[in-house]
Formats: sequence, C-alpha cells, structure tokens
Amino acid sequence: MHVPDGFIDLPVSAATGAVAAGAVAVSLRGARRELDERTAPLAGLVAAFIFAVQMLNFPVAAGTSGHLLGGALAAILVGPYTGVLCISVVLLMQGILFADGGLTALGVNITDMAVVTTVVAYALFRALVKILPRTRRSVTVSSFVAALVSVPAAALAFTFFYWIGGTTDIPIGKVLTGMVGVHVLIGIGEAAITALTVGAVIAVRPDLVYGARGLSAPLKLRVGGELVDAAPASGPGPVAARSTRKVWATGLVTALVLAGFVSFYASASPDGLEKVAADQGIDRKTEPHHTGDSPLADYGVKDVDDARISGGLAGVIGVAATVVVGSGVFWVVRRRRTETAAAGGNA
Amino acid sequence: MGAGHAHTLYRHGHSPVHALPPHCKLAAVFCFVLVVVSTPREAVWAFALYAVLLAAVTRVARIPAGVLLRRLLIEIPFVAFAFLMPFVVPGDQVHFLGLSLSVPGLWGAWNVLAKGTLGVAASVILASTTELRSLLLGLQRLRLPPMLVQIASFMIRYGDVITDEMRRMSVARRSRGFEARGVRHWGVLAKSAGALFIRSYERGERVHLAMVSRGYAGTMPVIDDVTASRAQWTYAAALPVSALAVCLLGWTL
Repeated sequence: MHVPDGFIDLPVSAATGAVAAGAVAVSLRGARRELDERTAPLAGLVAAFIFAVQMLNFPVAAGTSGHLLGGALAAILVGPYTGVLCISVVLLMQGILFADGGLTALGVNITDMAVVTTVVAYALFRALVKILPRTRRSVTVSSFVAALVSVPAAALAFTFFYWIGGTTDIPIGKVLTGMVGVHVLIGIGEAAITALTVGAVIAVRPDLVYGARGLSAPLKLRVGGELVDAAPASGPGPVAARSTRKVWATGLVTALVLAGFVSFYASASPDGLEKVAADQGIDRKTEPHHTGDSPLADYGVKDVDDARISGGLAGVIGVAATVVVGSGVFWVVRRRRTETAAAGGNA
Repeated sequence: MGAGHAHTLYRHGHSPVHALPPHCKLAAVFCFVLVVVSTPREAVWAFALYAVLLAAVTRVARIPAGVLLRRLLIEIPFVAFAFLMPFVVPGDQVHFLGLSLSVPGLWGAWNVLAKGTLGVAASVILASTTELRSLLLGLQRLRLPPMLVQIASFMIRYGDVITDEMRRMSVARRSRGFEARGVRHWGVLAKSAGALFIRSYERGERVHLAMVSRGYAGTMPVIDDVTASRAQWTYAAALPVSALAVCLLGWTL
C-alpha cells in the first residue's frame, strides 16, 4: 500500500503531511510515558523488529504468500504511541533509502499505515479486552479482531484520500470494492499471524506485552498462615487518568480543520460515484432526499455562493453538530450511571 | 571488514555529488520531487527534460546506469496498477491493437508512471551517494526531532542484526526439516516472530543499559557537525531550480 509520488494531489498530500507530523509529535510525547527514558534504543530496536518481520513471508495458498504489515502487532506489543513512532520511522526509512513510497506521499503513507492501523487496532483491542473476561485467551482473541479490522480500515482511509485527492478519476466505488476486498483477505492473514505472535510472546514473557498489562494476578504473601495482599510495587502503575480536556480540544480542532480546510480543497466537481450515476442516468430515478431542501443539503450552505467556501462551512457546522449531539448523549448516559450508582449505594 | 558499517545501497565514490553535505542533498531531492509532482501531466516533454536532468546528475555522481535501472524495479507493483487504469476508468474510448482503452485512464496511468518513476530515481540517486549515518545527520540538521533521528539510527544500526537473527532462526527451522507450505504452518512462523520480538526487546534493554553506563543522558553527542557553505547550497540547488524552470514552462506553454 506504499503510495508513490504523483498519486495523490498536492493539497491532500500537504494536509495528510500535517496530520502525520501532529501524530508523530503526540506519539513522541506519549512514547516517553510508555517506555520512560529508554525510548530511543527500545523504539529503535522495535522498529528494526517491525522491519524484519515485514520480510517474513507466510505462505497463503499454493504459490502465493503474504507479509505482515505490523501496525496492530506493534500497538499491542509496545503500546500505541511507540507503535505509531516505530511504523513511521520504518516508512520514513523505506521512503528515503529504498525509494519505497514517494517522498511527497510520505504524509499519506504515515497517516494511512502508521496512524490509522495502529489507532484503530489499539482502540478496538482495548475495548475488547475490557469487555471480555480477563484471561490470556481473550487477549489473543482481541488481537485477532483488532488486526483483522485494522487492515481494511487502512484501505478505507486510502480510498478516502484517493476520493478527495486522487489524480485520476477512477469511480470511487470500484476503488473501494477493490481496495477493501483485497485487504479483507490480507487482514485475515495479518490477524492470524498477529494473534499467534501475541500468544507466543504472552506464553513466555507476559510482562512485555503492553496490551496485557494488569492481567497478572496481584501478588499475595502468606503472613502467619493467611494470604495478604502484598504492598503494590513502586514501579510505574497504570497511567493515571489525565484531564481529558486537552485530548478533547485537540480532537475537536483537528476535526474542524479537516472538515473546513480539506473540504475547501476537495474539488467542487461531482465525485466519481455521482459522475458515474449522472453518466448512466441512474440519478434520474432517485427521488430527492426528504431533507433535500434543508439549509445544509448536499454538504453546502444554502446562501453562500462559492462552492468551496460553502462546502467548508458545511463541514465545520457538521462537526459542531456531531460534537454537540455526541456530548449530549455521553452526558445523559453518564448522569444516569452516577445516579444508579448512588441509588444502589443507598439501597 | 567494512560490512555492517556501510549499507548495501550505498556506492562508495568521490564524485562532487558524494561530497555534498547530506542535508543539501535531502532538501534538493525533496524540492525536485515536489516540482515534478506539481507539473501538469499534459506537458509530456517536461518529464523528458526531468529525466535528462536526473541522467546528468547520475553521470556527475558516476553511478552506472545499470545499477540505477535495476533499483528502479522496486516500483513494479505500481506499474501493474497503472496498467490497469486504462481499462477501469470511464471516459472517451480509443481503440488500439483491438483493445478498448479510455483516454482519461491513459492520462492517469502516464501521470502515475512518470511522476512515480522520477521520484524513485531521485531517491535511488540520493541513497547511492549518501552514507547512512550522514543521511541521518542531515535529517537532524533539517530539524527533524532528534528523538526520531535517534530511533531511526538505532533501527538502521540494528536492522541487519535483527534480520540476521531472523535468518538464523529460518536456517534452524529448515535444518530440522520444516518447510512452510500453507496455513497449517503459520503457528510455527508466528512463534518465530514472537521469539524474535522478545530477543529484539531484550537486546534493546541491554543496549540501553550499556549506553547509560557510558554516560547516555537522553541525547546523542554530535561529533562531526557538518555545515554547508553557500557554494554547496547553490550547487545542490542546481537540480531543483532547473526543474522549477521546466515546470514553470510546462504551466505557461
């Protein structure tokens, strides 16, 4: 999936470059928390491991073989921040040294293969580990699912970049089915190998698997014939819950910038799918959407004439509305939960 | 004896291109690729001129043409993709040798092929004329975060070690009669990957301890700080500036 030069146009390359730089900056700070001051040597060695493991070919069927992408594996073994850093470094070196992936497409490549795979895989992995019972098997199962989803997610992200900034007008439906179809197959191999690898590491050194931290049973001491909880080790405990306000603000700003700025650059001409539909007369049969005359219909603000500015404005308004609705739901749910907790406490 | 200190991609030499400071070369290659990508694809002659420019640089750097061409093979997967384009893109059709090809698809394929090949060629020239260590120093001089450069340098330094470790494991597997034939053998390969991860991680810890015991405090000392003179910057700028002239001509004509 290494994108070469000239595949994605310059505005989108620049925008993804900014996203990639931001993600790497955040990861540099986060990786210090994951690996303390050993960051440089350890992350470097893990990057070398990812580099080597990408050369490990596994046979799929007669004659064909696939190789690991490693995003999910890195996120689960060493943590999401270090994972993003390692894969980014691998991509940077592949771009400069091996000419694998274009220099101007570095932003697209890093956003796609380092950020999207790692973040999707790790988010899914954490959620599953929380839901499933706290056993080693559930860690393996979660890593299987996380890796399985992460690869088509990257393909989806690529299709999205291609849709807003592709230099050739291939109907987006074809790109989507092609990319996602192939990568679902790749994802199955990736998932199996990732799950087996994580399982193998857990069997030998469970303490090394970042995603399985907090899984080991608490240490008990036998004092005078009775089992007593040992004093908690003074080592780095689970990362303290930090204020979510900063994360929240960063996410909101990123979403606003993407929605407003990137959609400003996205061409105002009909996209591939709409074009195919128009060419083949499919759209004559479609009935106007029942909100077709709402002020935000067709991703544009009604009384603003410039197509690009109106598109950007609609994107910003859309993000704002999503945030308001999302936080409303979250707030209601949280309130109810605290109320039931209080009620349970009283009963 | 010199193996392990120089990368296989690097070709030792004393040409003027080899002598340029690495950050000048990095900046020049990046600007060149940027210019190439922003050229309109209809200006076919402009891409021919870019190729001539790169050929001139190859000549000055005394890289054999065969080496350059062989390393261009890396982009074969995308060539295959580009050849698909004329068949899947809708638009006006032309008939050629009994095949029905679409005109926008042909333009798209040409666009990706030309720009991708020029980008790959520029990167290959950079990697062939610049030593790895100085490439990393150059990245640092171009204000890449030092931590990122350190991670990259460790990756490069230990990449061969880890790869060799993997090859030894593969030799051990094969000498015991193992041959990966299908899905049933994924378990063995994954266990090897797991073992490789544990070995890499533990090696990382040992390396870190060894560094701490020698006074490492989070930053690496820079021993040979390369600075570029104005003349060297001008020399390195020759490629992107002439490319920019071609690009501007391509937009106006």
